[in-house]
Amino acid sequence: MIPALWAAKTGLDAQQTQMDVVANNLANVSTTGFKKQRAVFEDLLYQNVSQVGGNTSQNTLAPSGMLLGTGTQIVATEKIYTQGSLNQTGNALDLAINGEGFFQVLMPDGTQAYTRDGSFQTNAQGQLVTASGYTVQPAITIPSGTQSITIANDGTVSVQVAGQTNPTTIGTVQLANFVNPAGLQPIGQNLLQASGSSGTAQTGNPGISGLGTLQQGATESSNVNVVEEMVNMIEVQRAYEMSTKAIQTTDQMLNDLDTNL
Amino acid sequence: MDRLVYVAMSGAKETMRALTANNHNLANVSTTGFRADLSAFQTNQVTGAGLPSRAYAMDSSVGWDASAGALQNTGRSLDVAIKGSGWLAVQSADGSEAYTRAGDLHVDENGSLVTANGLQVLSDSGVVSVAPYNSITIGSDGTISIVPAGQTASTSAVVGRIKLVNPPAQNVVRGQDGLFRLDSGESAPSDASVSLVPGALEGSNVDVAQVMTNMIELSRRYDLQVKAMRTAEDTASSGTKLLQTSS
Repeated sequence: MIPALWAAKTGLDAQQTQMDVVANNLANVSTTGFKKQRAVFEDLLYQNVSQVGGNTSQNTLAPSGMLLGTGTQIVATEKIYTQGSLNQTGNALDLAINGEGFFQVLMPDGTQAYTRDGSFQTNAQGQLVTASGYTVQPAITIPSGTQSITIANDGTVSVQVAGQTNPTTIGTVQLANFVNPAGLQPIGQNLLQASGSSGTAQTGNPGISGLGTLQQGATESSNVNVVEEMVNMIEVQRAYEMSTKAIQTTDQMLNDLDTNL
Repeated sequence: MDRLVYVAMSGAKETMRALTANNHNLANVSTTGFRADLSAFQTNQVTGAGLPSRAYAMDSSVGWDASAGALQNTGRSLDVAIKGSGWLAVQSADGSEAYTRAGDLHVDENGSLVTANGLQVLSDSGVVSVAPYNSITIGSDGTISIVPAGQTASTSAVVGRIKLVNPPAQNVVRGQDGLFRLDSGESAPSDASVSLVPGALEGSNVDVAQVMTNMIELSRRYDLQVKAMRTAEDTASSGTKLLQTSS
């Protein structure tokens, strides 16, 4: 009914969503392998009330027209894949990716998922699994009687089994990468799934064709910058307040109209 | 009834429109590369029989604010901001060339360089395609160079150069999709003097203090128009009363 009210309302909506994004980033400041998100604002369509350059007479043109904007919207919340810092943990099954790429995970329903969270464990069968218990692909089984596990930069996993003199190579941790990692769909539990816009996964050994290298005994911390999020939060709050004020003012004007006439 | 009430009504109606434009600017205070809409009132003389005493108000968009927004460092290699004046050329939904200041770029699943809403970024020779890469760098003149996947940093390859244009501001108009175009409908020639700031984004150039002040002014003006409408009504009713035959 009143476009002024609706334009201000879109501002409130968008700032609220931005606040959700900031809150989610802040909540995940300690999540291993978490990548921060950013809300992308875009102006909404403009209504052409009177056409610029329209004829005002046979020989004259209107020098300016009237385009009324209808507000703003959040067009995307994109993940920012900058490297998080590596935390040394000393745990032999903790892996961090230094560079591009994702660990591949087999979901219980048989689909593939991807993660940057390399805090792995072994399950009852000795298989390498994520903290949620999903098997890492390609499957790596740690034999019983293993005394130490070494995972090299290029993903080669070798174990020292009791009673043997030389370590045995039991497999390789492979990574996957995408043309457009920002197009991956986050599904929670630190997992991401391929989507139409991410492209298909290209797998390979760490350190080869653009993939990052592995670091054993470390995990990648979240790339959320707390100070940046705090500044974002201040900005969101002020913008929200001002949009509220705009709604209030418009309402006040309508109220004047209502009571005076 | 006197025409005064209609003149006052046109003032109130156009003030409400100006407030819509103002609220739109305020809503876009966080939009990357947004250019504030400027609106102004024009008088529209009513001609005809009688004295030319009436002039209606008409709000119109007189363009957009060309001042620069604040630069925010993001550190993301595909974020670019434009230093000073200038535009990034993109292909709009209808295939025509359009301009934007929003430089949060992506490489999509087909390897095309696109904006946040999926519009393809143009170079002088059409759309920009990027081969699989280890790292990507956008130079200050718009040159995009990559280290191809599987290569070392010493083998960097140039894949294209973003078309940057800088037509006179008065010739650039905003379309209904929020993108800017030349009012002549032609494509602007690329301009080598436009430079980019890689790893940064330009914020909205909406001046919130000005928007809030405008809001106060518009709301007071609206009150005055309403008051004038009220006065017109009072005048009319006292006139009616005077002419009433006493009962």
